[in-house]
Amino acid sequence: MNSIWTIARKELSDSLRNRWLVAIARVFATLALGIAWFGAAASGQVGYASTPATIASLASLGIFLIPLIALLLAYDAIVGEEEGGTLLLLLTYPLSRSQLLLGKFLGHGLTLALATLIGFGVAGVAIALLVEDVVVTSLMAAMLRFIASTVLLGWGFIALAYVISVRVSEKPVAAGLALAIWFFFVLIFDLLLLGTLVASEGQFSAGLLPWLLMLNPTDIYRLLNIVAFGDSGQLTGVLSLGTDLPVGAAGLWIGLVLWFVVPLAGALALFRNRRI
Amino acid sequence: MSCFQLDNVSYRYDKSPVLRGIDLTLEPGEILGLFGHNGAGTTTSIKLILGLMAPEQGTVSVLGGQAGDPQVSQHIGYLPENVMFYPQLTGREILSHFARLKGADLRQVPDLLEQVGLSDAMDARTRTYSKGMRQRLGLAQALLGKPRLLMLDEPTVGLDPVATADLYRLLRTLRDEGTGIVLCSHVLPGVEPYIDRAAILTGGALQAAGDLTALRRQASMPVTLSLEPAHGLSALERAIDRAGRFNGVMVKADNGRLRVDVQPREKMPLLQALFTSGELADVTIHQPSLEDIYVHFIGRGGLAHRGGKS
Repeated sequence: MNSIWTIARKELSDSLRNRWLVAIARVFATLALGIAWFGAAASGQVGYASTPATIASLASLGIFLIPLIALLLAYDAIVGEEEGGTLLLLLTYPLSRSQLLLGKFLGHGLTLALATLIGFGVAGVAIALLVEDVVVTSLMAAMLRFIASTVLLGWGFIALAYVISVRVSEKPVAAGLALAIWFFFVLIFDLLLLGTLVASEGQFSAGLLPWLLMLNPTDIYRLLNIVAFGDSGQLTGVLSLGTDLPVGAAGLWIGLVLWFVVPLAGALALFRNRRI
Repeated sequence: MSCFQLDNVSYRYDKSPVLRGIDLTLEPGEILGLFGHNGAGTTTSIKLILGLMAPEQGTVSVLGGQAGDPQVSQHIGYLPENVMFYPQLTGREILSHFARLKGADLRQVPDLLEQVGLSDAMDARTRTYSKGMRQRLGLAQALLGKPRLLMLDEPTVGLDPVATADLYRLLRTLRDEGTGIVLCSHVLPGVEPYIDRAAILTGGALQAAGDLTALRRQASMPVTLSLEPAHGLSALERAIDRAGRFNGVMVKADNGRLRVDVQPREKMPLLQALFTSGELADVTIHQPSLEDIYVHFIGRGGLAHRGGKS
């Protein structure tokens, strides 16, 4: 446990030193405040629209940004150490490969969690203080749910980045594959799903189709933040499948947790079997 | 308890054998030179002892335990070839990080940095370090927590002569305190005075192991005598001929001196004969150096084995 924390501590202090943490937090806060104030601009007015609308807009933006940030933060975790020449040395220390990777995960995970908490937390407090007629309790609940799911989503993509990082031996390759993962989950997956839906003309098993959403953590994340308000009208495109999903919010949460546990376990297994 | 013991160890990389039946032991308080051409298997041997991988066959026991076991690696110091560090951290931060990982006392960090001559640069980022400074930091890192087994791969690369001498002095002190030390180097004349034993690998097999005297005997390489004549070259040559029931003696004229290659056991009889003849003004004796011994053992494998199959 001690060595895991030593590795995590270095990652955390690295992201403080290179200002990653501050930068991410600042981006999140700016985004949240921007959306809160100008989110309703499309309907011809400036000002706070409603908590559900704000969270829904934030979640839609989050699915682009969070995976990208997580992948960028973590893609060079192992391959970077290898290219920098420190991996071999680290492994001669009383430190197992699993401890090294878990330490990295703890460090990167904490970085992302802290940035999310600070960034969106500040925005939440600002909204609560500055908007006059907002219901603080429901805002807080929505914000907490949003922050928690954002953190889980980020951890999922950190774990996915590790799967790449332990597998390849060159940093540019890892970066390219990380981008490919982002592309697949954020852009291509929904297109494919929509394409299947339309092409099958309803012949595709109606019971199975909604479950396919669970194969994409970004879809789970969006569902979680929109469905929670009981307002299915917000669900557009493939997400409308989500109304047929027989799992409730708890199932969605479990889905998000699995989405970081399974890739992390996979990365650990790959790393343990890898030849140095 | 041995620092490490390799028993009939073999290792294969993608089906091609890298190590074949290696038996090698290092006792505490001993400096072992591990030599071999590129691809001979020295790096693989070190990785096996460090527990970075497991042997295909045979057993590797290190400090009475199993290689790679955390209780074992805590007592091993390792300096890799071309050591690199995190460029954004200072020397002190890096050494503290590694000390924490090793469970070593953090108070020794400044002392170690001073010992390797980095006290002025310890708060500078290692991005600004020269090759020699990185090497010193690598050495400090290897010395964390007073290791009982120290493995150094090309430790003197980038070090100036004074620092090199300091390093060897330090290694001797550590050896006298009971640390077992492995030195891998291609700079054979540099390490020759400091090693207690040498092990020479070619093509994954151990060609020879032992102290230099034993290796010289095993190689039965000729001793070279450089003779200065007292009354002219030809008189000295005649004296050698008179003494000469020697096999394989070679005589060469070499700027006023005679060079004679003689088998070790024939050296003293020849010298005695020459002393009594009164034709000898001066003599210099060249024992085969570590480099000669190395070339002798490596050369037996033929040129093909000397290639850079790294």
